[in-house]
Amino acid sequence: MHCEHCQQHEATIHLTQMIDGQSRELHLCEDCAEASGLNVQGVMSIPEILFGMGTPGEAGSDEGKSSGKSCPQCHMRGCDFKKTGRLGCPSCYETFSAELGPLLAAMHKGGRHTGKVPESRCQGLEKEARLAQFQKQLQEAIRTEHYEEAARLRDQIREAGHDPQ
Amino acid sequence: MILNDLIHNPGAWLASGPNGGGDSLSGIIVSSRIRLARNLEGVAFPGWAGEDECTRIHARVAGILHSLPSLTPCLELELETLSPIDREFLRERHLISNDLAQKSRGSGVVIRQDEVLSVMVNEEDHLRLQALRPGFQLPELWAEISALDTELEQSLRYAFSPDLGYLTACPTNVGTGLRASVMIHAPGLRLINEIEPIIKGLTKIGLAVRGLQGEGTEASGNMYQISNQTTLGETEPVIIERLIQIVGEVAHHEANARTRLIEHREATVADYVGRAYGVLSHARVLTSQEALDMLSALRLGCELGMITGLDRDSVNRLTLFSLPGHLQKSEGRAIPPDERDQARARMIREIVSRATVK
Repeated sequence: MHCEHCQQHEATIHLTQMIDGQSRELHLCEDCAEASGLNVQGVMSIPEILFGMGTPGEAGSDEGKSSGKSCPQCHMRGCDFKKTGRLGCPSCYETFSAELGPLLAAMHKGGRHTGKVPESRCQGLEKEARLAQFQKQLQEAIRTEHYEEAARLRDQIREAGHDPQ
Repeated sequence: MILNDLIHNPGAWLASGPNGGGDSLSGIIVSSRIRLARNLEGVAFPGWAGEDECTRIHARVAGILHSLPSLTPCLELELETLSPIDREFLRERHLISNDLAQKSRGSGVVIRQDEVLSVMVNEEDHLRLQALRPGFQLPELWAEISALDTELEQSLRYAFSPDLGYLTACPTNVGTGLRASVMIHAPGLRLINEIEPIIKGLTKIGLAVRGLQGEGTEASGNMYQISNQTTLGETEPVIIERLIQIVGEVAHHEANARTRLIEHREATVADYVGRAYGVLSHARVLTSQEALDMLSALRLGCELGMITGLDRDSVNRLTLFSLPGHLQKSEGRAIPPDERDQARARMIREIVSRATVK
């Protein structure tokens, strides 16, 4: 197989790149991979895996689709993360969730936290779970035309400071 | 309490204590450690925050840490006030990481007097809580560090997501933020050339194997740190239980290796221990690396009953105090490397020459 960039040399580097949840295969020769900023000699770093190396037309630049996105809280960009391997602030997890999600699931034993929860959030979680349950029951009451029950549930949701859906 | 007080103690990870693994594992499992990564909600991680912001975070957090009952009495240190020798000394005692040792203004560490609990401030994350004890004590450490964590969260609001758990600067730590590690001493597996396949096997099942001083260091003195790599998707007790099972297996392999060596290659072991004794009791110049390797052989000799007049605790103490930071700290001055190698040889010679080899 020939390299997708130069179309001359044999492709020896084979990557699966994730951009906004879409996977894409890349087949490159060592020179083109290195020119695109990939560490071909050693093990790839996490940000290299996470943020790939840009699409063929923008090789070598830091303005790839996911690399150009920036966090509204701390203004870290994908390309900054690619350089340092560290996120800027807790909100970066939400900003870059599309890129981080699949990789976190692959890197760890699952994509969802099942461990300790701070005590202050336990109450919040219970409240959220209760609200979700009320919303579900409200939809069901409306669907089955139990309007008195629906009104009661609507009031409970409003009392909790939320809008019934 | 001041930093210099620590020099009188053997260090939490090499102190004599229960091994927790029965007689056959005594000495093979050197120490256990659990570390939790925690960050503050709505605040940039230290690497992105800048020095001024880090200084504000440090001032806020250090005051809270200082007043926590779990950490009393404690020693509070700011990195910018520490000399290179002090940093090395704390690193060798496993109280600060290699990364924190490189930091300056805005970073610090709070250490409980017994060195079992400590908290690094503004390393890679805002907070790195650590619990460290000799022997095989992971469940006990989890109870201790979780209690400290719960105490701390009464005063601080952590960056936490219901889906991803505790949010950390590096995605490899997200979730529980928990890194549990066990230090083992495995000269037997080294002598029968089985340590490399075991390290490869551990890596394949998702565990990390590092050297004496943690990340980026090679095994010195046949000491290996085995730790979990994954932090998301499993509860803390599950992560810890798996590590206990696997480390237990490795320690049994080491015990078996020692038994096989004694049964089939006693001369090889006796030669290994005897040569180390010869060098340590007569050398006039000893590098840190050579001292660690030779002391490892001597430790094995003590454990196999081949050495009299010297116990494992004394060898542990020599191991710690032959490291550059401890050597210079106990001499009370900076010593150039050449002179240091002579001072190390002298210190070890004085103790080891009192012992005899059977």
